[in-house]
Amino acid sequence: MDFQTIVYDVNQGVATVTLNRPSAYNAFTEEMNQEITQALKQASRDDDVRCMVITGSGKAFCAGQDLQGVDENTNHATFLRERYHPMLKALKAMPKPVVAAVNGTAAGAGMSLALACDFRLVKPGVKFVSAFMNIGLIPDSGFIYQLPRLVGYAKAMEIAVLGKPITGTEAYELGLATEVFEAETWDESVSKFSEKLAGMPTKAISLVKRYMMDGMHLPYDELLEKEAQAQRLAGLSSDHQEGMQAFKEKRQPQFVGK
Amino acid sequence: MSKQFIETFVEDSVGFIQLNRPDVMNALNRKMVDEIVEQLEAYDRDDSISVIILKGNEKAFAAGADIEEMMDDSPLTLELADPFAVWDRMTLIKKPVIAAVNGLALGGGFELVLHSDLIVAGESAKFGFPEVKLGVMPGAGGTQLLSKAIGKRKALEFIWLGESMSADQALQLGAINRVVADELVMEETIRLANSLAEQAPISLRLIKEAVNVADEVPLMEGMKLERKNFYLAFDSQDQKEGMQAFTEKRPPSFKGV
Repeated sequence: MDFQTIVYDVNQGVATVTLNRPSAYNAFTEEMNQEITQALKQASRDDDVRCMVITGSGKAFCAGQDLQGVDENTNHATFLRERYHPMLKALKAMPKPVVAAVNGTAAGAGMSLALACDFRLVKPGVKFVSAFMNIGLIPDSGFIYQLPRLVGYAKAMEIAVLGKPITGTEAYELGLATEVFEAETWDESVSKFSEKLAGMPTKAISLVKRYMMDGMHLPYDELLEKEAQAQRLAGLSSDHQEGMQAFKEKRQPQFVGK
Repeated sequence: MSKQFIETFVEDSVGFIQLNRPDVMNALNRKMVDEIVEQLEAYDRDDSISVIILKGNEKAFAAGADIEEMMDDSPLTLELADPFAVWDRMTLIKKPVIAAVNGLALGGGFELVLHSDLIVAGESAKFGFPEVKLGVMPGAGGTQLLSKAIGKRKALEFIWLGESMSADQALQLGAINRVVADELVMEETIRLANSLAEQAPISLRLIKEAVNVADEVPLMEGMKLERKNFYLAFDSQDQKEGMQAFTEKRPPSFKGV
């Protein structure tokens, strides 16, 4: 598929989506929202893809909504429903791990995008900025759903309202980022991390993804039932058989993602 | 009799009806509905069957009715063909009917689901009545059965807007019984069917009849029917066995007589 605002490529089981409007700090346009959604669906269907990385080209990760397209006539609800929600729903439905490789500033909805991914990798000096409050808006694109689940309510409230920028190092300390990689070895470190994920039992990862977040607001008994079903599915996977076999034979398992 | 649009098979005491027009997402045509109803009645008469499961395929239970078939209909051709009358026979089936829903159950497909006693759906199943978008409305019981299931206001909202509801929404509204992982819809439906198959069959049918009149008749009429059915259960050997087993603290073995 031909993309204008992103670059999509697949290598070693990893599909990388590079937000590619560097002159605008990779700010979202309607086209970019749509292209990310298409890329997510394409990667979901592609058996060769077992992990996705979202990153930015140039200095920034993503500066959020391109304010060029926003004026006093904008209906913000329509904006979200039509542009952002399909992208966020596709991200939630994606049955493979998605890594935000936060190479530079993630601001506004760009921060929301990073929060909606399954893992965040950061450079020490990058900044997460919830810029919304500065222009009298609320953090959107799933931000107020994801953030308290990731860092707890009190910290999420601070970040959402007081909006002090969070550096990569601070994000790691908050539990928001999985790893901090130095700028000099960034590309190799991101590849190594994502290729390792791509070699894991993808079906089992997708089942954790499917139920763990929802588990944070489900009654215990319901989650236990969902867990039983998820484990039944994992138990039926070839990767489970391979894992058991490799354990018996005292060798490294070769997972195929099914 | 050979079936053109459905497949049927039996596992243990469970009779399956699989809708089988995969190239059109199992859209229901008149012949298909006739076949479904005939098979439901055949299973209902078959002593070796205790529960019936209606299913589609992974993508769709049934994504509506065959539009081309009715496009050129007039009020009079509809009156003469009376295509919905055969649906009434579904309401007379005495054995438990479970719908197992993966994917879309729209229009006639949703009506077929709502004619079932219990409904199990996959997490990404969708239910809805899009008829309004074609300038018509549900015709095989949709307005009545959905209103009874979820109440007038929510029913109007869904049928007016033609918007589909997710499996979780349908569960919350009380329109369906269980939501399970998509991949496990059949396994979980069979587990439910097998639990039902272990119950006393006479009890199951007497209970179904009593529950079905609950929102049809005045309370005292319903109470009377319940009482008569309760008394009737005492004519069964299963009642003797059930109560005997209870006093002997052992699991009962029901025979359906």
